[in-house]
Amino acid sequence: MKTRVFVTLKTGVLDPQGKAIHHALEGLGFTGVNDVRQGKLIELDLADGTSAADIEAMCNKLLANTVIENFRIEPVSS
Amino acid sequence: MKSAVIVFPGSNCDRDLATALRDVTGEAPAMVWHGESTLPDGLDLIAVPGGFSYGDYLRSGAMAARSPVMRAVVDAAGQGRAVLGVCNGFQVLTEAGLLPGALMRNAGIRFVCRDVMLTVSNAQTAFTSRYKADERITVPVAHHDGNYFADDETLDRLEGEGRVALRYAESVNGSARDIAGIVNNAGNVLGMMPHPERVIESAHGGTDGRRMFEGLMAALG
Repeated sequence: MKTRVFVTLKTGVLDPQGKAIHHALEGLGFTGVNDVRQGKLIELDLADGTSAADIEAMCNKLLANTVIENFRIEPVSS
Repeated sequence: MKSAVIVFPGSNCDRDLATALRDVTGEAPAMVWHGESTLPDGLDLIAVPGGFSYGDYLRSGAMAARSPVMRAVVDAAGQGRAVLGVCNGFQVLTEAGLLPGALMRNAGIRFVCRDVMLTVSNAQTAFTSRYKADERITVPVAHHDGNYFADDETLDRLEGEGRVALRYAESVNGSARDIAGIVNNAGNVLGMMPHPERVIESAHGGTDGRRMFEGLMAALG
C-alpha cells in the first residue's frame, strides 16, 4: 500500500528556492507566474493495514518540521 | 571540565570542536558515536558539532535529532547538563525540541562562508560570561541553512527572557531579528550558527571563540 506525503512550507514562510525557480521561469520568458513554492514529495510503501494515525505520527515526528512546514497525506490507489 | 563531542555520520566539525575543547580545557573530550544510547558519566558539557550530519537528508539536523544518542542528550539537558550546539548542532537541537524555532535555507539562497561580526546580547549565560554585554566579536559562519525562524510570539518571548545570546551585527542569512544564537529556558543549552571553535588561537585569524570555552570552563569547573 503506497502513500504519498507532500511537505510544503507554511504560508508566509519565506521560500528562497521557490523564488529562485520563479526567477528562472521568468528568465525563460514565461510570464504570468504569480508565485512559486517548492516542497517535497515523500513516497511511503507501507504494510497493508498501517493506520492513518501511524502515518500522521510519522509526519509529525520526522517527515515534516511543523514549526515551518505543513504536510498532506494522499493514499495512492493501485 | 569533562566534555563529550557527539559524532554523527557526515559531520565534519566534530574534530575541530574536540581540538578546541582539548586546547582550552586541557582535557580531551570523549567522542560519542550517534548510535550509542548512553553518555559517559560525569560530563560537564555535551557538544553537538557542525557539518551536515546524515548528509542533511530530509532537513538539516532532522535525522541526527532522532538518533539514539540524542535521546540521552535530551535527558541530560533536562537534568541541567550544559549542551552546546554549533551550526548543524544548532539545527539538531531545534529539531530535537531542545530549542524553539527552526533553521531554514538562507534568505539569499547562497552558502555563506566568511567571518561575521556578532553582538553579545546576553553576557550572563554560562556560555557568554567571558564577553561583555553588547560586545562585538568576530566569528566565522559556514552554512546554507542558518536562517532562524520562529513565530512572533516565540521571538518576543526569547527577547523578553534574555534568551537571545548572540545576534548578527549585519544581515547574514535572513534570520528573524538577526538571531545568531539562543539559549533554552533554563540557560543550560545554547545553539548558535557561527563557529567559535574556529577562532581559538591567533593562527586561526582570531581568538574570539576561545572565551566561550573559557567561560564554560569557569562556569562548569
